[in-house]
Amino acid sequence: MKSLLPILTVLVVLVVGWYAASVWLNAPWVRDQAARAGQEVSFAQVLPQTMNQERPVLPAPHQVAAELWKGLFGQAVTSKRSLVYHGWITLSATLMGFGIGAALGILLAIGIVHNRAMDQSVMPWAIASQTIPILAIAPMIIVVLNSVGVTGLVPKAIISAYLSFFPVVVGMVKGLRSPDAMQMDQLRTWNASAGQTLWKLRLPASLPYLFASLKVGVAASLVGAIVGEMPTGAVAGLGARLLSGSYYGQTVQIWAALFAAALLAAGLVAVIAGIERVTLRRMGLAR
Amino acid sequence: MKDLSRPPVIEARGVNLVFPTADGPVQALKDVNLTVGKGDFVSFIGPSGCGKTTLLRAIAALEVPTGGSLAVNGMTPDAARRSRAYGYVFQAAGLYPWRTIAGNIRLPLEIMGFSRAERDERVARVLDLVELSGFGSKYPWQLSGGMQQRASIARALAFDADILLMDEPFGALDEIVRDHLNGELLKLWARTEKTICFVTHSIPEAVYLSTRIVVMSPRPGRITDVIDSPLPRERPLEIRDTPEFLAISHRVRDGLRAGHSYEV
Repeated sequence: MKSLLPILTVLVVLVVGWYAASVWLNAPWVRDQAARAGQEVSFAQVLPQTMNQERPVLPAPHQVAAELWKGLFGQAVTSKRSLVYHGWITLSATLMGFGIGAALGILLAIGIVHNRAMDQSVMPWAIASQTIPILAIAPMIIVVLNSVGVTGLVPKAIISAYLSFFPVVVGMVKGLRSPDAMQMDQLRTWNASAGQTLWKLRLPASLPYLFASLKVGVAASLVGAIVGEMPTGAVAGLGARLLSGSYYGQTVQIWAALFAAALLAAGLVAVIAGIERVTLRRMGLAR
Repeated sequence: MKDLSRPPVIEARGVNLVFPTADGPVQALKDVNLTVGKGDFVSFIGPSGCGKTTLLRAIAALEVPTGGSLAVNGMTPDAARRSRAYGYVFQAAGLYPWRTIAGNIRLPLEIMGFSRAERDERVARVLDLVELSGFGSKYPWQLSGGMQQRASIARALAFDADILLMDEPFGALDEIVRDHLNGELLKLWARTEKTICFVTHSIPEAVYLSTRIVVMSPRPGRITDVIDSPLPRERPLEIRDTPEFLAISHRVRDGLRAGHSYEV
């Protein structure tokens, strides 16, 4: 537990800095109100009023914590005000998109490793796809899919897959090519087919690379799902929660939804890290 | 060419092999002529860069000669590879860390489509041969480097190819294990009548094991001497102290020296 002290130190610094910033950013509103009422306010009077405004520029940490707590545990999980409810909507799109993205990424990587034409043609497109801002292309995807009658979960999942396939392709190409020349020669001496080489050597050898990519990919999936909820006027999901918060100036709600998304991402990455640890240890690949 | 009663298993006629490199072409093999008969135990000995490993790899169809003709079992090396004519033991064990020792030995058997029962039987047999019985369920990282290399030899023995190509397989092992495995290899060779090509740095190892010793020298890689061993096929370890053994060792050393192989 030697690392506990530095971790707590960083946390305390962040929280103190946040409080300082919220005082600084929220104080002008308090002063304006006082000026309009023709009152003179001292800093000691301003300070408490920066901590619990209804629509602060930057909510204080305890406000966000309270809103987060209320959103997560304060009501039935089926309530439209429950962050669990919205989180679940986003999570389902994230998981579907992550599944599609990871599968697509793995298949593309297998194609790239086995086919010279794909090696030279797919990668530039994959890279180009990631240079397009997702905010620009997300509405297009939703509109196009909507016009062919695909609505709801699937368009969001596709946006999510669009972001998550890329790290998986890059990592898997590297992983599938990780066996050394001697190992490839050895399979050649046994006259192993390409399929056997893939199945017995390349895929197992690529797993450490795959897990690293999946951790990046799942976080990107969540971003994709949230972004997919924003331009469409979706009524549910963390993205919708962020959007409605910004419509009504509910900054506390926005921050609570952001933190809920961060917790969700941390949870997803932790789940993959757990699977990684168990798998690699069982395979004797743990370092 | 000496013994026409046995059909040639490997026949090299004027084999040349040139590697293109950034500094220009490098002649790895120059005008190599060699006939290996069925059941021969041929050692290739020479300093680094003499092309002994390249020659072995050309026989295995892992390199393609740029000139001359090379035949294995009367076919092209690649056709021989496809018919799984040889087992190849590399310098490094190259075991898969995610497979147990038994699983690693089973790997070529799986690829070649042996039945489950036959795989198990063969794995047990070759594990016993390299004295790793009881280690089948261990993972490679649980074994010493020497034991890993023994497992890799077991893996090459598992599918009973007629030809065994070995690239300094015992180079990483200690003297005692090496002596023992040399003896085991001779027994295996006598029992199965395999044809063995064996690359080594060690003069005693080459002389002890071989029916024929091919002495090579570098720049360009070529054969400088081929010594047919007068030693009997039955070879106890003590044979190393006989005058015949020492005479052959001496001739190998002379051959290496004649090839200017230790000139810097």
